[in-house]
Amino acid sequence: MDVRFVNAFVGSIVNVFKTMVHADVAVGKPVLKQDHGSAADVSGIIGLSGDVQGCVVLSFPGPVAEQAASKFAGTGLTTQHPDFTDAIGELANMVAGNARKGFVGYNTKISLPNVVVGSNHAEPQSKASPFIIIPCETEFGRFDVEIALATVSSPAGSAVRATAGADA
Amino acid sequence: MKILLVDDSRTIRNIQKNTLKSLGYVDILEASDGLEALNFISKERPGLILMDWNMPNMDGIALIKKVRETDKALPIIMVTTEAEKSRVIEAVKAGVNNYVVKPFTADTLAEKIKQTLSRVTAASAT
Repeated sequence: MDVRFVNAFVGSIVNVFKTMVHADVAVGKPVLKQDHGSAADVSGIIGLSGDVQGCVVLSFPGPVAEQAASKFAGTGLTTQHPDFTDAIGELANMVAGNARKGFVGYNTKISLPNVVVGSNHAEPQSKASPFIIIPCETEFGRFDVEIALATVSSPAGSAVRATAGADA
Repeated sequence: MKILLVDDSRTIRNIQKNTLKSLGYVDILEASDGLEALNFISKERPGLILMDWNMPNMDGIALIKKVRETDKALPIIMVTTEAEKSRVIEAVKAGVNNYVVKPFTADTLAEKIKQTLSRVTAASAT
């Protein structure tokens, strides 16, 4: 995976959480995901299409997701609240959308968000690329941002059908 | 003045509502997509629209184009994650008056709202 994509997400996570959740995020070293299981209780999922394809997952333990959603919405939101999935979905939307600023020259669209709530739920699989996990530590606990992205067109528009750049 | 918020996220509409209330605007309508917004607009013209770009059923660009077929003056602010220059140009060509990139602070949103309404007031006075 192009390291610029990982860097774009790191910047976006910090910016979105600082601005909308009023929380500082300490981003750890990105690592390659070794298995397809999920220890997450809540996942906010965004698909990307166009020159860069794949998906992004904001992956939270339940209590961390509740804190993040509550701070974002400005009101207490448990996983049972009707606005909980909306808040997590919008956070995922902002993280993915904001990261695209770093995809200079690539024409990429993002999907509407999907949110899955429940212990040990199945995570999306990616044929495009293995998932990279970006660990994120906050004052209310840890969550992960998992990204699996591959370029299918060069920035100039010619088809190259390959991942670009250095490994993250 | 009536203000119409168009966003498929209720969380974002609530955040926008709080900002508008802090500015003294309390007459606020909400729509979750472009089609619902068109329905509101056909019944009563709002004084300002804040709209998202990516929404189900009808997106923000399609909504702006539809509105501009009959109303060139209605102030519209796009509030979106679409930050690329080409997207901003596309929105301006379609007819938005101002543009706010998500994530945004309450101060940024308030400033853009005041800026947009003052421009419209100044234009209508000339």
